[in-house]
Order: sequence, then structure tokens, then C-alpha cells
Amino acid sequence: MTMPYYVAPEQVMKDRAEYAQKGIARGRALVGTTYGAGVLIVAENPSSTLHKISEIYDRVAFAGVGRYNEFDQLRVAGVRHADTKGYAYSREDVDARSLANVYAQYLGQVFTHEMKPLEVEILVAELDPVGTAHQLFHIAYDGTVADEQRFTVLGGEADAITRRMAERFRQGWTLGEAVLACVASLSGPTRTLKADDLEVAVLEHGPWRRTFRRVGDDELALLLAQVEAPGSPASAEGAGEPVSVDESGHDAGEPAGPA
Amino acid sequence: MALRYDNGVVVAGDRRATEGNVIAHRSIEKVFPADKHSAVAISGAAGSAIEMVRLFQTQLEHYEKVEGTCLSLEGKANQLGQMVSANLQMAMQGLVVIPLFAGYDLRLKKGRIFTYDVTGGRFEETDFHATGSGGRDAKNTVKLSYRERLGREEAVELAVAALYEAADEDTATGGPDAIRGIYPVVATVDADGYRRLDDAEVAEHFRSVLERRRERGQGGAS
Repeated sequence: MTMPYYVAPEQVMKDRAEYAQKGIARGRALVGTTYGAGVLIVAENPSSTLHKISEIYDRVAFAGVGRYNEFDQLRVAGVRHADTKGYAYSREDVDARSLANVYAQYLGQVFTHEMKPLEVEILVAELDPVGTAHQLFHIAYDGTVADEQRFTVLGGEADAITRRMAERFRQGWTLGEAVLACVASLSGPTRTLKADDLEVAVLEHGPWRRTFRRVGDDELALLLAQVEAPGSPASAEGAGEPVSVDESGHDAGEPAGPA
Repeated sequence: MALRYDNGVVVAGDRRATEGNVIAHRSIEKVFPADKHSAVAISGAAGSAIEMVRLFQTQLEHYEKVEGTCLSLEGKANQLGQMVSANLQMAMQGLVVIPLFAGYDLRLKKGRIFTYDVTGGRFEETDFHATGSGGRDAKNTVKLSYRERLGREEAVELAVAALYEAADEDTATGGPDAIRGIYPVVATVDADGYRRLDDAEVAEHFRSVLERRRERGQGGAS
């Protein structure tokens, strides 16, 4: 006779969480932050065709880290949810909070009931239609939701990147300053990230109803060059060079860009 | 109605809705952007037609977001054809919807126009087309003045003249309404995308069309 063995639920959850965390930590990170005119998302992503950041709806963007197939499946479900809701009711009824809740429900469900949890962390960002109260919802592999109004970091080495972002974040900064800070926080003191290692997108008001816009490599290089004022450590390297910011050159609490 | 010019298409439509021989609405819109590089104009049962456009717009945007690329212009035209065909049951009961689809083909780098029959059959027009009750008058007007490689301004002027003539002959087509400030919707689609002319611009074009009519004296005022 085989003995049915008992595993404590705490142990099961712990094992699943560890499994998911390991999967997520292997991937590259991304940062989402608000700036003066909207929301900025910067991801480390060497691929120019397989996106980590994408558009969900007029004022809602999605970003995911971890297993590509898993977060892409979530992205498509999100687009469907938003489009269906906007078609059935009205475009203005589509919001990030409701979508974040749907994601949280699903991730939580999978985490507790399935053998394998999803190895993803996702970000749902929304641009405020009138003011500057933009929202960032960070949803973890177990369905935990956190809402942020400043910035949030997803993926491997999130703690270190969060610390670096916290030192640099400034309310209402410009797009250029925000990009530079995000890139510097993602790369850390020992690495440099070039424009083609990055995927950058923003949600910002323009002439179009759809506010999601990808920032191409050329624009990215231009943005980074604009922030580098003469005499700063970054500008000494010259425009077009890989972005690197000397960590020791900044005191805590100071923005990265010498604005 | 729609007509091609050298690097795009003009799509225009009057603003009148009728119920029998009564004007039901003076300012409905019959021309819509389908997505950034295409437009759809409608004729027939207004309710079903507007619903069809809304679904069509949603589908194009949905495809673009899920796939990361836009459908080809052919693909969009075929999609709309399927929707017209899905409406066949209603059409048999009298609620016919006939859209007119026009857009800028980013691959062939030119404007293209597609028309439909009630079964969803899709036909590409070479240069211009018009549907609806005033369609024949509008089309004849364009036919008499159309030439290859019109400029954008000339094409807009011709479209406005065609709408004027259609409104002149057909009771179910509304003309420019200067008192209420209601003017037909005129839009162009080219490589830069869908652009709707503002009312002041359309009014200006109507003024010049009327000016030319006046120069001819009372002639043709049958």
C-alpha cells in the first residue's frame, strides 16, 4: 500500500513562489515612471520585434517581464478585455484599475490552483485624461497588486534598481530626465546600455485619441543627448556614445540629469 | 462619395438623415475614419450602418494592437465585406447598409476605393464612386470634371461641387446649411493619414463652387 504523503500548504505556496521568482529574476528588468507630461516605460530588451511594452487602449499601456509567451498571452487578453468593454460601453469607461483587477484575479487563481504559477510580473499604466494623477499598477506572479504614482520596477534585480530610481526620482521631471534616470537605474554602476538594448514607450497626450507611442532609437539618443548639459559626467563621453552614469557622481536624492 | 487624387483619396458625405419624406436629422455624420489610413462612408439604414462602422473600427484597432502591425488595405476591405454580408438577413427585410471604403495603400503608395453590394461583394473602383440616394448625381458631376492626377485641393473642390449638385437634385441629400453652420464632412486620406477638413474650409469651398455657378448666370437653373 502506498502512503499518501502530506505537504503543508505553506510549503506548497513557498515552493511555487520560489519557482516563479526564480523564473522572473532570470529575465531583464523594466521601469515604469510618471513624468511631467505622462507615463514612461523603459525596458531592457535587445529584441526590436518581440515587445515587452505595448498598447492596450487609448490611455492604457501594458508591460511584462518574465516568460515571453506567458505575458504575451496576458497582453492579448488585456487588449480583448479593453476593446470589448470600450465597444460595449464607451471608450472612456476603459480604465487601468479594472484591467489590473482582472489580471490580479487571473494570476491569483493560477498561483493557488495550478501546478505551475505564471513566471511573470506585469505593469498596467494609465494616463490621466485631464490632470497629472497617472497610475501605475504593478501585478506580481501571485496576483498581488500594488499601485504607484511615482515609479515601479519589475523583473530581475528589482530591489537594486528601485534603490537607484528612488535616489533619482523627481516629481514632474521632463521626458529626457526621466529616460536618463531609468536607463541609469537599469544599467547600474558597472554596465552601459545602448539605445538598441532598450525598448522605450510613453503614454502622452497629443493630437490623437490613442496616446501610446514608441520612442525609437533615434529619438531616444536625441532625448538622452538633450539632458546632458556641458560639464556633466555623461556629456564628457559625447553624444551617441553608450549611456553610462557614474553612480558615485550623484548624491542621494538628486536627479540623474543635471537639470 | 469618394474620389482619388494624385497621392490620396477624398471622402465626403452630406449630413442629412431622412425618415420617409421627412428630415429626421440635419447633422448626422456619414464619413468616419476607419483607422489612421482609411475612411468609411455609409449609406442605407443609419442605425445599422453606424453600428457596423463602430465594430469595423474596433476590429481594425484590435488587430493592430494584437498583431503589432496594421492590416493591409485589401485586408481591411475584405473584412468590411464580411460585415456587409453578415447583414444580409437584415438587408432582405429592408435595412440595407452599403458602405464605401477608401484609404491609402501604404504598400502600393496610392489611394484606393472599394464599393460593396448588398451581399458583401467587394469591388475596387478605379477613380471615384458615390453611393446612396444622391449618389448618381454626385457621381455624374465628378465624371464630367475628373482627370488623372488631380491635386488635393482640386479633388476636394470637385467633391464639394458633386455634393452640391446631388443636394440640388435629390431631396434626401442635404446641402450646405449656412444658417445653422452645418456643412458636409470632407476628409482626405494620404500617406500622413486621415484628415478631416474643418467646417470653415468646407464652407470656403462651397463659396467658390457657388461663385462659379453664379458666373454662369441663371443658365442651367432648370
